[in-house]
Amino acid sequence: MSEILERLCKISPYELKKEEKDEIYKRALSELTKHHYETCPEYKKILDAIGYDVNIEQASEEQPMIPVRLFKEYELLSVERKDVVKTMTSSGTSGQKVSKIFLDKENTKNQTKVLAEIISSYIGKQRLPLLILDTRLVLHDRNMFSARGAGIIGFSTFGRDTAYALDENMNIDIKSIQEFVEKHKGEQILMFGYTYMIWQYVVCALREVGVRIGMENATLFHIGGWKKLRDQAVDTLTYNTSIREALGNVKVYNYYGMAEQLGSVFVECEYGHMHCSNYSDVIIRRTGDFSVAGFNEHGLIELVSLLPTSYPGHVLLTEDEGEILGQDDCPCGRKGKYFKIYGRIKGAEIRGCSDTYEQH
Amino acid sequence: MTNIEKYNEAFISSFGINEDALCGLEYQGIAQWDSVGHMQLIAALEEAFDIMFDTDDIIDLNSYERGKEILKKYEVEI
Repeated sequence: MSEILERLCKISPYELKKEEKDEIYKRALSELTKHHYETCPEYKKILDAIGYDVNIEQASEEQPMIPVRLFKEYELLSVERKDVVKTMTSSGTSGQKVSKIFLDKENTKNQTKVLAEIISSYIGKQRLPLLILDTRLVLHDRNMFSARGAGIIGFSTFGRDTAYALDENMNIDIKSIQEFVEKHKGEQILMFGYTYMIWQYVVCALREVGVRIGMENATLFHIGGWKKLRDQAVDTLTYNTSIREALGNVKVYNYYGMAEQLGSVFVECEYGHMHCSNYSDVIIRRTGDFSVAGFNEHGLIELVSLLPTSYPGHVLLTEDEGEILGQDDCPCGRKGKYFKIYGRIKGAEIRGCSDTYEQH
Repeated sequence: MTNIEKYNEAFISSFGINEDALCGLEYQGIAQWDSVGHMQLIAALEEAFDIMFDTDDIIDLNSYERGKEILKKYEVEI
């Protein structure tokens, strides 16, 4: 772990204010850019082509960004291939190319550690009984380890006595859920799942059979695309209300992250704002000329993370649209930028973890 | 079963390996000890010793030898 990451792990994950963060990021990102330039030949070619000088420290906004799509076209590594312990593939429907992200031990460990820092700031350090709102089947084929399976296993670190809400055919297993809830009566229950699949296979499935699960104190983290839900006119409020109708007293946190930057995720706070943590930042780019947009201005989301060391993914231009709502002054008290996501730009591929699930 | 036997058995059953493979074994060192295998190992150790690891220790437990050190925190002497 780099010196900067070690320092950040000692403070709460939403503590850095603008000035301090700008300074840290200028140094840390410049170091990362230089590291990738020296170790990833394709990355070097790109930087040489645009005439970028890695020896000059630059602010976040001036760092060279890589379009996420590039990870589909090329195999970008900043470590020796023999040191790769895990190759992550992004979700993609058949016919689409998938991203390949190469992780070494160090990078994997940092991702896990940082995800733990962020999530435990919401639920505490204690491991909680965990109900995965998915099927255990996604973990089976380890060779084709998808972002969906990785998300589940990554989250398992925060849980204990893990149970699954769906059976192998994606049918809701009401009996198992009820037994799990009964067994952990009086405890806080943790749940994890993918946005659209929870809607389809848990909320709608329970509604269909007219069953309500009476959880007394639960917290749900969910991640994945909203496209299919928007098509059905389901917004955040409807979603959260329906979750509570189906499952009981549940605190619902949506979070956002990409296979290309696992670990440094963005969590939506109680006020409906996505938050950058100390480990990540967001910049909005104008679609016309890629200049930096101001607050409350629509544009393309650029994601910055301090974690990627084994692949050049520390500064990524996504295909998502969003806007920054403010910085350091969210009523929830968390520092850093907070923002809103509007989803994929038109013409981009569908690739959210939950949007790409196909019924067979 | 002694503690060392229980400890070894957790690795052997989680990864389907022989006892002579244990010494020097590291996370990601064999195909079975990946992130999925890791959570199986954690569950096996917790059950064997009736303990619950902190999240930080789950992340830290990255080798056969390191696990013995970590278990000391839970008053389990291997």
